[in-house]
Parts: sequence; C-alpha cells; structure tokens
Amino acid sequence: MTTYLIRNAQILGGAPKDIYIADGLFAEIGENLGHEADVDIDAHGLIALPGLVDLHTHLREPGREDAETVLTGTQAAAMGGYTAVHAMANTFPVADTAGVVEQVWRLGQEHGYCDVQPVGAVTVGLEGKKLAELGAMHDSAAGVRVFSDDGKCVDDAVIMRRALEYVKAFDGVVAQHAQEPRLTDGAQMNEGQVSGELGLTGWPAVAEESIIARDVLLAAHVGSRVHICHLSTAGSVEIVRWAKQKGWDVTAEVTPHHLLLTDELVRSYDPVYKVNPPLRTAADVEALRAALADGTIDAVATDHAPHPAEDKDCEWAVAAMGMVGLETALSVVQQTMVDTGLLNWEGVADRMSRRPARIGRLTGHGRPISVGEPANLVLFDPAYRGAVNPDEFATRSRNTPYKGMDLPGRVHATFLRGTATVLAGELVEL
Amino acid sequence: MKRHLVSTADLTRDDALLILDTAEELAQLSGRAVKKLPTLRGRTVVNLFFEDSTRTKTSFEVAEKRLSADVINFSAKGSSVSKGESLKDTALTLQAMGADAVVIRHHASGAPARLAQSDWLHGSVINAGDGTHEHPTQALLDAFTMRRHLNPGAGKDLAGRRITIVGDVLHSRVARSNVHLLNTLGAEVTFVAPPTLVPIGIDTWPCQVSYDLDAVLPKTDALMMLRVQRERMNAAFFPTEREYSRRYGMDGLRMAQLPEHAIVMHPGPMVRGMEITAEVADSPRCTAVEQVANGVSIRMAVLYLLLGGATLADAPRTTDSSEAAQ
Repeated sequence: MTTYLIRNAQILGGAPKDIYIADGLFAEIGENLGHEADVDIDAHGLIALPGLVDLHTHLREPGREDAETVLTGTQAAAMGGYTAVHAMANTFPVADTAGVVEQVWRLGQEHGYCDVQPVGAVTVGLEGKKLAELGAMHDSAAGVRVFSDDGKCVDDAVIMRRALEYVKAFDGVVAQHAQEPRLTDGAQMNEGQVSGELGLTGWPAVAEESIIARDVLLAAHVGSRVHICHLSTAGSVEIVRWAKQKGWDVTAEVTPHHLLLTDELVRSYDPVYKVNPPLRTAADVEALRAALADGTIDAVATDHAPHPAEDKDCEWAVAAMGMVGLETALSVVQQTMVDTGLLNWEGVADRMSRRPARIGRLTGHGRPISVGEPANLVLFDPAYRGAVNPDEFATRSRNTPYKGMDLPGRVHATFLRGTATVLAGELVEL
Repeated sequence: MKRHLVSTADLTRDDALLILDTAEELAQLSGRAVKKLPTLRGRTVVNLFFEDSTRTKTSFEVAEKRLSADVINFSAKGSSVSKGESLKDTALTLQAMGADAVVIRHHASGAPARLAQSDWLHGSVINAGDGTHEHPTQALLDAFTMRRHLNPGAGKDLAGRRITIVGDVLHSRVARSNVHLLNTLGAEVTFVAPPTLVPIGIDTWPCQVSYDLDAVLPKTDALMMLRVQRERMNAAFFPTEREYSRRYGMDGLRMAQLPEHAIVMHPGPMVRGMEITAEVADSPRCTAVEQVANGVSIRMAVLYLLLGGATLADAPRTTDSSEAAQ
C-alpha cells in the first residue's frame, strides 16, 4: 500500500502535527516525523478531521442512473470528505429485500471511493402497509441496521410501533421521515407568510412535529431507539430536546441546507429551492443551529438528492424535490457553525463523523485520529473562499442551491482506510 | 413601464394609474363603430392557456384584436403540451416563432414568473392567472371599475375607499392581486372569510381580516364576492354549502346593509345560490357585467403599454383613432 506523510495538519483544529499513514492505518502521529513516505503532503493550514459519515444519501442506483450512480455518488462523497454514506432505500426497485441492499453494498465495495451502507426500507415498496424483511436485510452481506421509508413517512402508528420493536432484535434503528401525510397533501413549500403570498400549498411545521412527538413516545414505550431524519423546525427541536431530557434513545439529524437557507428564496419560484422537508424560516434556521451546537441534534446529514436537469428546469409545482449536497456540506457547516463560533472543529468531527457513525453502528468509522486506528481522514482547507461551480461537481446532477454562492473551505484530500480517494482537491483514479 | 406583468406587487402607484388612465382613454373606443387601433400591427401575441378559461381568454383576444396584433391561441389541450412537452420547450417554440408577448394562464403558481425570469423567451410575459397566486389584469379591471364608481377621473386613486373582499381568499389569485394593487392605490382592504379559507400569515398582508360579514357591510364602499368552489366542502373547509351561504353569502337583506353608494362586484364566474343570490347578481348595484367590459379596456392598456413602450403622453387620442377609422 502507498504510504503517506501528512505534514503539519491541525488535527480537529489543534496544533500542527505530522500524520504517517501506512497499511491502511494511522501508523504514527507526532511532530517532525522522519518517515520516508511514498507521498508527502504539505498540510500547512489544513484541518484534519475523521472521514465524514453521512446518514442520509440518495445514490439513485438502481433505477435512476440518469440522476446518480453508486460510482458518481461515492465520488461526490469522497470529494466532500466522506468515507461512509448511508444509501437511502427509495430506489427502483425499492431496497426492501436482501437482494437489493446487497447489490448496492457490493457496488460501493467495488468502486472503493466511499463505504456504502445501504438503508433498508421499513415497509414493502415504501407503502407503509407491511413490514419488509428487516431481519433478512440485516443478516445479508450489507448488514443493514438503519431502516427508513425516507421520502415517505411511516404514518401508521401501529406499523411504526412494530418496526421500532422488531429492530431491537439486531440493534437496528428506524429513521423516520416525519411528515403527516394528510396535513401535507399537495404541499409545495413551508406554510407561512411566504406560501400565503405565493399561493403555494403549505407544508406546516406541525405535520413534522406531530409525527416526531408520536414517535419519541412510541420509542420510549417500546424501549427502542428512533432517529429523526432531516429535522427542520424549531418546534421539532423542542420535542427532541424534551425526549432527550427524559433519557429516551432519540437521535436527530439536520441537513446543511436547513442550516443556511430559508423559504424567502422560494419567492423566485426557482425549483432548485424545492426540497422536502421544505426550507423553513430564519427563526427555524437559528433554532436548528443552536440545537446542533448544544447536541440536541446529533448529526449533519446531507439528504443528497440528485435530479436530472429536466426535473428542475420547469414550473415549481411539477419539479422534483431535493438538492445535491455531498460536495458542499462541510463548507456550509463551516459557514453556519464554525465561522459563527457555534462549533469548533472538534464539534464538527463529532456531528459529522463520530455521532453519525455511532447512530448507524458503523464500527470502522467515526473513530479518533490516533495511532492504530483505520486511516479514514479528510484534510480541509478552511481559508479557501470561492464561488460554488456545479460544473466541477463529481455528482451526476447539478441541482445545487449554492450555485455562484461564495462558501468557505474546500476538501484537499480524503483517505478511506489509508487509500487516498481525493488528493489536492482532485479525485484519485482508483 | 416594465417589460412583464406577473404580479401587481411589481406595480408602483404611477404604473397603476398609467394603466387605469390609458384604459379609460381606450374605453372610449368601444363606443365607436370601428373599434380597432393599428397600434400593435405586425406584433405577435400568443395566448398560452394551460387551463380552461373562456372569459379571460376571450377578453385578451378581443383586446389584442382591437389593437391589430397578430393573435395566436396556443391551448394546452390538443397540443404537444398534453403529450408531455415541458413549459421550457413550449416557451422555446414560441420564442422561435417570434412571439412579442405571451399571455399565460397556468394551473401552477409561479409559472409566469418562471417564464419571465428564464432565458427561454424574450417577449413580454403577461400573467392571465397562475394557480392560486395572482391574476393581475383582473385586479386592474376591478380597480378600474371601483374608480369609475367611487372616485372617477384621470389620475385619481382609491385613497381611503373601503373595499371588502368576501370568500375563498386562501385559493384566490384574484384576492392576492387585489390586495397588492388596492393597497398601492390607497384603499383599505378587509377580507371576510371563514377562518379555514384565510391563508396562514395573512397578518403580514396590508389588510384587515374579519369572520363577520354583517359587521363589515355598513363600512364598505365596494364589496367583492369571490367564487367558492363546491369541492372545497369535501376538503372540510366548511360544513355545507347552505351553511356557507348563510354566513358568507350575499343576499338582498345583506345588500340593504351596504351604504347607498356601495357597489357589489364579482370576478365571475358566479355560483348563484352559493356566494351570491340571483337578487343581488341581477341588481343594478352589481357590476359583474360592467367588469367584463372594463376587462377588455384594461387588457388593451396593458398590451399597449408593455408592447408599445409608450408613455401616457403617447396614449391614443384623436390621431390614432382617426387612423383607425381610415
């Protein structure tokens, strides 16, 4: 294996140190290391973080390879500093059988840019009616532990209860897309002042909050753990905070776009801002940032949702919902959390690597940068400033809300178990 | 004038008065034997209707023809649009055909805004109603009608006039366009509706909201009844049609509560027996038919100003009309 000597990297933002990577591990860490390495990297000014872990990625394969494939999605992940992503189950066919999750998992292994941990569907066909074979997906080579009907809410309280109970047998977790369907029939954007003015059907905060309230109570009742996907409102934060105070095993994620953007952007009617859950208000953004800072929200998850151009180059009502986010996540977190003083780099590592790995039970990820650990690492240049150029993305899709926006920082290098997937800001041919 | 008319929120007081005054001058044409002006000769106006609309489409068509424009009716039904063509490709097609203006009616809120902001099309975009967003020419013709009755004369606005708009505000593009324009013209707007049909966030709009129609009637100079679709009942916005009519419908008894000078307006189509009784609809105080006639003048004025690039000083007077008579 290629050996690397990374000089003067600031591990979690600390004092500069050298990191020697050999045999897939952090072989030595210290000052002025004298190793002869195959590749020397000058990391002066760069922050070293453990490889990022995404709990919420749409890789689209199988079925929508026009939007993304496992290859292009994991390349985008590597470019964003990720070493593991959880691939959501809403593919065609749906990842509701051992066969589909194994296929996705193997594709990730073959390509080698990033570990792909498939998420299994909770119910057959994401239809919310009948439990999928959760045990078979767990027992498969993919070893599924996170189950979600993401894109759809498991709205039937009994099905949700059973799923929460059933996955206890193999330490699984149900990741809920909290959206009460009747309250969001035909919903187009956050319900509030802007939706009223624009004449777009509203997606009220209560549709998210009522499901979260129900599910934390259910999880407590059956003694299981529940994870809340893409939490987006100030009210949801309050409910999760309350559940955590009770000592219940509740975790939550927030997307980068909900940390930065608001529903005011919808005034343009540009569907690049159409996403589910929708962009909320400035007050929600503030509450989400505070909750991520104090740990009420455990993780940043991208909800990377690639769509082909024609699905966004149209009128708002018929446009697809979602944004790509893998390649901009760390920059958005720097802008919204680090540059604002809400989180230090240690906190970023916790919310983007350690905790998401723990929620997904990925034992090889989210580990400390210390000798003997698997060398999953990202080197990030926080001093960089530049406009986002979607044409430079590795993802197959271009539906980013940040086009042309100045975002701080960029990934310099990413290592997956000692193999460089990104070097000097460029993808490595594997 | 601006290049597009997508929202009445984009109109300044001067813009709005220019349109009303121009419409007033153009209205004089309708009394003539020859109603045509050569102003838009050689200009192509496309009526792009993705939603059924007889009234608005006919009104625009009459306006376009009276200004001598080449008129193309592009209906979504029976065209490539119904075969799945995107709005973008439709727009590119119209652009390639040399459309100088596109009058668009679309079921999706924001579709005209998308057209106006995109580089798909270079002509003027005129919003003829988009989803539950806006219907600017309707609001302009409503203001035109109100001004004629409440404060007639060129350059006059609606300062201090009390306008009450009753009905399904939540789903009404007419209500949204009216609240912006009436506010710009200085009027005081009150919406009356059951709470289920009032949008969240209306407290930030420049208007009052009441759930009690009877309390508002004596303080009303113009009363506008909005159509209430019977389907709303099935979505539990109100219990029954009869209950809606009793609480929010306009009948003879309520009409008697209005001040002597007040008018009753309706953008049409009216659902008689639902929001308005025949007695009110057919009374001389009801301006529904007059509004239709005013709609042609307003749409002529909008087309004239957007496409002609003219100022009020260039508005058609004797020279233009004598030319038309030739």
